[in-house]
Amino acid sequence: MTISIDPQKTNNESLQPKGWLRYFSFSLDHKVIGIQYLVCGFLFYLIGGTLASAIRIELASPMSDFMPRDVYNQVLTLHGTIMIFLWIVPVVNGAFGNYLIPFYVGARDMAFPRLNAVAFWLIPPSGLMLVASYFVEGAAQAGWTAYPPLSITTPQSGQIIWIMSVLLLGGSSIFGGINFIATIIKLRRPGLKLMQLPMYCWAMLGTSILVVLSTPVLAGTLILLSFDIIANTGFFNPVLGGNVVVYQHLFWFYSHPAVYIMVLPAFGLVSEILPVHARKPLFGYTTMVFSIMGIVVLGLVVWAHHMFTSGTPPWMRLFFTIATAFIAVPTGIKFFNWVATLWGGKISINSAILFSCGFIINFVFGGITGVALAQVPFDIHVHDTYFVVAHFHYIVYGGTVFIIFSSIYHWFPKVTGKMLNEKLGILHFIITFIGFNLCFAPQHWLGLNGMPRRVAEYDPQFQFVNQISSLGALLMAISTIPFLINIFFSLRNGNDSGDNPWNALTPEWLTSSPPPVENWEGEAPLVEEPYGYGKQFSEQK
Amino acid sequence: MTTLDSSKEIQKSNSEVNEKHEDFRMFGLVTFLIADGMTFAGFFAAYLTYKAVNPLPDGAIYELELPIPTLNTILLLVSSATFHKAGKALLKDKNGDSQKWLFFTASLGIIFLICQLFEYFHLPFGLTDNLFASTFYALTGFHGLHVTLGTLMILIIAWQSRVNGGRVTSQNMFPLEAVELYWHFVDGIWVVLFIILYLL
Ligand code: HEM
Ligand SMILES: [Cu+2]
Repeated sequence: MTISIDPQKTNNESLQPKGWLRYFSFSLDHKVIGIQYLVCGFLFYLIGGTLASAIRIELASPMSDFMPRDVYNQVLTLHGTIMIFLWIVPVVNGAFGNYLIPFYVGARDMAFPRLNAVAFWLIPPSGLMLVASYFVEGAAQAGWTAYPPLSITTPQSGQIIWIMSVLLLGGSSIFGGINFIATIIKLRRPGLKLMQLPMYCWAMLGTSILVVLSTPVLAGTLILLSFDIIANTGFFNPVLGGNVVVYQHLFWFYSHPAVYIMVLPAFGLVSEILPVHARKPLFGYTTMVFSIMGIVVLGLVVWAHHMFTSGTPPWMRLFFTIATAFIAVPTGIKFFNWVATLWGGKISINSAILFSCGFIINFVFGGITGVALAQVPFDIHVHDTYFVVAHFHYIVYGGTVFIIFSSIYHWFPKVTGKMLNEKLGILHFIITFIGFNLCFAPQHWLGLNGMPRRVAEYDPQFQFVNQISSLGALLMAISTIPFLINIFFSLRNGNDSGDNPWNALTPEWLTSSPPPVENWEGEAPLVEEPYGYGKQFSEQK
Repeated sequence: MTTLDSSKEIQKSNSEVNEKHEDFRMFGLVTFLIADGMTFAGFFAAYLTYKAVNPLPDGAIYELELPIPTLNTILLLVSSATFHKAGKALLKDKNGDSQKWLFFTASLGIIFLICQLFEYFHLPFGLTDNLFASTFYALTGFHGLHVTLGTLMILIIAWQSRVNGGRVTSQNMFPLEAVELYWHFVDGIWVVLFIILYLL
């Protein structure tokens, strides 16, 4: 698949719609595409969040009284799938990657602008298809993992649409990954060395390598699964001689790296945000680079830690436990480097850095429970309980979603030329942080005490803690209100931000806000030290 | 052979952005082929695992016949060579020769597909007979799909390298080089597939 670039095409800029209308057009500008990713992702986040609220309302009482049990499973499946494939992955990769990477490499656009637009425009239709699949007879209800035999024995038309939609989203993500790799490796402006790139570039390079290596395996797996459903083959159907564990291996070969596809870009973004607001260089740049690459390599070889209860042989358990535990090393390095970046810095308290610090705190928690889960005896004890749910929400919500908000607060002035309201932003942070921890911290306790996940009914002894959790979810839902008000109000009446409100040094701030169509008037600036804050700071003294 | 970086610059002038940079579409294609290769790797891994842990009952074991796939292997290897010839001819501005070689390559692809269909019709098992049969058809079928796409693309570039007013010329080698790389890739996969599926 290549998109050829036709040198003869005339410059028909005048044909492109102007103003906000251009966000609805097939634009090739990486900035427009980035915003398209973000807004589209956020709309799906609202849908996924509504579904999450529905789940939590159901779980506020032990009986299945808010919705029938099969509807619960369908809602759960839709929630998980939307949050992963239509919110987190497209936003941390597609949205911020498209907006920032060309600036960071000193280019006027991505390497393959058309492929880029194609990758984005695959998302809205397949997302709508996914949502629509809920309304056909027999909506998918096998969870976001679509484990067989459940996914091939339950009513199937919805499941097939689910598969097609995830295949398209996977294609979109692969095209995006190819584009990022080419842009970062090949499109750097002359004189810009790899080791001078801002950290987010490294994170996106690592992520894209994971995307290119692992997403196709998911695609192959889902193709086989759809054969099982449509053509009655038996790849994963034990009745026909198939093997469900093979599905799990193939699925987790993608889906474990997928957690890094969701969280590595967040690592990159937080590495951009902290130095700016702490007025200090990023601590340990080189170790950060190597830890990203270490995570990429290790991330590809630990998938079977999701399968300790699937009858894996002991040597496998041993290998995957050790490999998983090793990931704590590069991750720990990054964590300490962030703390060291903040240490002794001249920190200005604003919404961006609050969300980043919230990320660090939540992420430590999720990381520790992750190491615990890698230990086979413990994993067997809490497998498929709410402990796992709590662990991964600490990573995906407490980690990635916190960083998405942090990034929005950080880059909003660049994108729009307007400042966001800090008071509303801090209010948003406080409600989110309390709501998040109230919602998910108690679930560790639920899991340890044996409440299984993916069920609409539970033992009444868990009711009180579940209600606390649901209260937290309610707070999280409420927290979107100040955020949305802030965005809409500031877009219309926000203070002008100027080009560089944070006095940052990374290249995107060295152009006007919002940036012109080709990113810079004239030559792109060559930033040799994107984190040279200490120097600038001491010179000022 | 193909080069990763044709040194010529391309003027990227899509509707909004003007920028000169070297042409790295080939780099993108290589990345894509790595991804595509991973799909096959997943299939191979599944097949080998099935073979190792899901042994078939005695009555359900089939011996695969070797003549047709061996012939097919030869066909594909020859077609890689003829494609190479087409590239060389185009480089020397012999568009007519190049076209002939391309048609020759495409015919080899079509014969390959016909042989594969012939094999399918004469096999004693069908898609859903057992696990081995399903994996067999999934692997060879997925590869056949790649051959089909490749053949179509060869025909398209052959059409586009018409002598006058053609779009694929010695000045614009990229389409030919890209399809050539893809074709070599599909051949390579076939060799691996042949070894794993028929010889092991
Ligand atoms: C808005 C706040 C959120 C709340 C209140 C929430 C709540 C829940 C609940 C109650 C479950 C059911 C757990 C079970 O029974 O197994 C669940 C599952 C899940 N959630 Fe969330 N969630 C939220 C955000 C997110 C986000 C941002 C992601 C992003 C990746 C996410 C991904 C998932 C996944 C993958 C599942 C598993 C679905 C499955 O088992 O098929 N959630 N969530
Ligand atoms: Cu994992």
